[in-house]
Amino acid sequence: MKTHTIVLNVNREIHMVTVRSADTLLYVLRSKLGLTGAKPGCLNGDCGACTVNVDGWPMKSCLMLAVEAVGKKITTIEGLKDTPIQQAFVENFAFQCGYCTPGFIMNCHSLIEQHPDADDEKIREWLESNICRCTGYEEIKNAIKSVLNKD
Amino acid sequence: MLSFDFDYYKPVTLKEAVQLLETLEQQEKKTMVFSGGTELITLGRIDLSITEAVIDIKDIQECRVMGLNEKNLVLGSALSLTKIEKANLFPLLTKVSSEIADHTARGKITLGGNICAKIFYREAVLPFLLTDSQVIIAGAKGIKVLSIHDIFHEELQLEKGDILLQLETEKSFLGSPFLCIKRRQQWNSGYPLITICALKVGNEIRVAISGFCPFPFRSKVVEEILNNDRLSLEERINTVIEVLPGPILNDVEGSSKYRVFVLKNLLREIMMSLKVEV
Ligand SMILES: Cc1cc2nc3c(=O)[nH]c(=O)nc-3n(C[C@H](O)[C@H](O)[C@H](O)COP(=O)(O)OP(=O)(O)OC[C@H]3O[C@@H](n4cnc5c(N)ncnc54)[C@H](O)[C@@H]3O)c2cc1C
Ligand code: FES
Ligand code: FES
Repeated sequence: MKTHTIVLNVNREIHMVTVRSADTLLYVLRSKLGLTGAKPGCLNGDCGACTVNVDGWPMKSCLMLAVEAVGKKITTIEGLKDTPIQQAFVENFAFQCGYCTPGFIMNCHSLIEQHPDADDEKIREWLESNICRCTGYEEIKNAIKSVLNKD
Repeated sequence: MLSFDFDYYKPVTLKEAVQLLETLEQQEKKTMVFSGGTELITLGRIDLSITEAVIDIKDIQECRVMGLNEKNLVLGSALSLTKIEKANLFPLLTKVSSEIADHTARGKITLGGNICAKIFYREAVLPFLLTDSQVIIAGAKGIKVLSIHDIFHEELQLEKGDILLQLETEKSFLGSPFLCIKRRQQWNSGYPLITICALKVGNEIRVAISGFCPFPFRSKVVEEILNNDRLSLEERINTVIEVLPGPILNDVEGSSKYRVFVLKNLLREIMMSLKVEV
């Protein structure tokens, strides 16, 4: 089958959507569900701007087909409400143009959930998956550390 | 989003997957096994890969096993690299894996996908070459168990319709001393200039290399020279350079001359760190 009518669980809401096998999750989130928080950057798995959370883990939504996401719990930046990491980004000035921000926040959010005791090495390993063209890395690191320390 | 259409199948049993591959072959449909799927998604976007059908193997139980039996560690081909790292049953593989791509991408990239990849680094194969592992393959004619040395020559020599199921590694190798070094042109993640892995078994050193030639390799001749105690360390390293397979890569990551220079230093570092007697 080249097209499929599938059920996606996004931000705890059930969506029925018709997709091509060839549609990436990023494309379906943005163009079919109107969730434009995940950003298209390189579309090649390199920049992390499209990062969402799938079953608790960060996922580059440009590297996943929408059909692969059936049966999984997807969270996008729109699904995060008043989380400590969002607040910490504001308090630490962890963005400039903001294009990379949803991807970074989704990755940081997954890291905090999976490794609440993450050390510097773990933070480095995880955050290497995202690129900030405005080079706000220091502030982003401060933001995530402020949340981890609080916990 | 890819600009061409293809059929997507996600069989839950191996039998179903093998039959599907056979049927699609009879219909002369170009079919791809789809594990992490990142190759089709990234190369397909720039028209370097195209297919009419994909068979997603991630729901097949045999491709997801991970565990130790009496003699071996068994790893399914559809395990993501992050799953393998988290379990850390094979420290050398954990180390190699943790340097491939980046953490988020490794949640999608799978062991089998990396080993069967068109992108020629295939770094995850290095630990299996060093440990003389077995490769388990399913095809129309049934299951085959082969030594990796009989089936991996530059790339895994699969026949049409074959699925790489698992890799089996003798437990006795899992605790052997090792060193793995990945040198990149720049940054801390992404493709290598050269990746070298070494394993010390008894007093002997084994090495496998990716990024030096357009394929990963382990060479018996290289190892004989590295373990030849009639030669000094420098003689060994200089002789090894003479017998390496070719061609040596000469690309944007680095010239072939530079790669030789880097490899010599890496060999020196490995011989000294693993305390090979010289
Ligand atoms: C952002 C990024 C960074 C990368 N960095 C690195 C790196 O540093 N080092 C490196 O070595 N590679 C790197 N790669 C390459 C990557 O590891 C390979 O492209 C690999 O193929 C991806 O694994 P996958 O599971 O997505 O494979 P897939 O796309 O599913 O498959 C790759 C190929 O293998 C075939 N295949 C897959 N599984 C099987 C099976 N079980 N049986 C038979 N055939 C099969 C497929 O048909 C396809 O041709 C990177 C890729 C990306 C996207
Ligand atoms: S757009 Fe997905 S990683 Fe760059
Ligand atoms: S804030 Fe501009 S790219 Fe990161």
